[in-house]
Amino acid sequence: MTDPAIAKGTLWTVIILLGLGSFGLRFIFLGLIGDRPMPDWVMRHLRYTAVAVLPGLVAPLVVWPTATGGVLDMPRLAAALTTLAVGYATKNVLAAIFSGAGMLYLMLYLLG
Amino acid sequence: MTVSTTNSAYWKGVRDGAPFILVVAPFALLFGVVATEAGLNVWETLAFSIVVIAGAAQFTALQLMQENAPTVIVLASALAVNLRMAMYSASLTPHLGATPVWQRALAAYMMVDQSYACSILAYERNHDWTPAQKMAFYFGAVTPVIPVWYAMTVVGALIGSAMPAGLALDFAVPITFIAMIAPALRTLAHIAAATASVILALLFVFVPFNLGLIIAGIGGMVVGAQVELWTSRRAQT
Repeated sequence: MTDPAIAKGTLWTVIILLGLGSFGLRFIFLGLIGDRPMPDWVMRHLRYTAVAVLPGLVAPLVVWPTATGGVLDMPRLAAALTTLAVGYATKNVLAAIFSGAGMLYLMLYLLG
Repeated sequence: MTVSTTNSAYWKGVRDGAPFILVVAPFALLFGVVATEAGLNVWETLAFSIVVIAGAAQFTALQLMQENAPTVIVLASALAVNLRMAMYSASLTPHLGATPVWQRALAAYMMVDQSYACSILAYERNHDWTPAQKMAFYFGAVTPVIPVWYAMTVVGALIGSAMPAGLALDFAVPITFIAMIAPALRTLAHIAAATASVILALLFVFVPFNLGLIIAGIGGMVVGAQVELWTSRRAQT
């Protein structure tokens, strides 16, 4: 991991505001808006939030791993591609994690 | 299967929700380990899991804080990951909207992917349930999952500090996220959204304050929505 020192003030600000924000997102329709329908275009964009944000977060970590000082690393790239392939083929999150971790350790052992 | 009372609806929820312990426990454990590696103590890690209860958003926030991203970016990115909860909230409203507001608030706090999925599927199978029975099922479905989420976070935090170096735990977060994304790539639109996100994130990695991630997220959502429109128009003609 990069810099282990996360400022405590920042940490608690994030925990509390992220907690409030997450509750707000979960409560907004169920609690406040009732059963008024949402515009189609809003629902259409909401459907893709997770698959639009998480890949963008992961891609730089795979291509420029912090542990190797930002140099493309074969074991990590192979592990990422294995996880993607197994997850896509099996639709099983845990199978994908274990396959990816297995590939990572195998490659680190072989190339290490 | 018929449910005559709210009590039996609750226990049916518990039975339907129990298998998700197998999914939630390893995630919570991993979060505990990764948070400890990032320098959080056990109490901070547990507080994080109790206040937020959202694995992907917690990992996102933790990763960006380690990259020293500005707090606004940390919050915007983690909340964007959690936007799907607003979708769940909207889709549960026709079923649970008639229950007391304190129950809806509690249901909102405990809303996780697994409890949503198993509840909405049960409601679609059981049109005759009353709102009270539906809410009882929902609380049943989260009963096995939420305590495990808290407890395994603590276990992860406690064993995290004992983890030897050389385990390449830096890569636990990318692997976990990829494993969560891959099964979600159900349609061409999902694949297009994810691909656009990857390309934009790599192109705009130089943009300060991790704003490249926000660009990638918005770009991915727009691409996904447009491809969905395009494929549904093609299907109609």
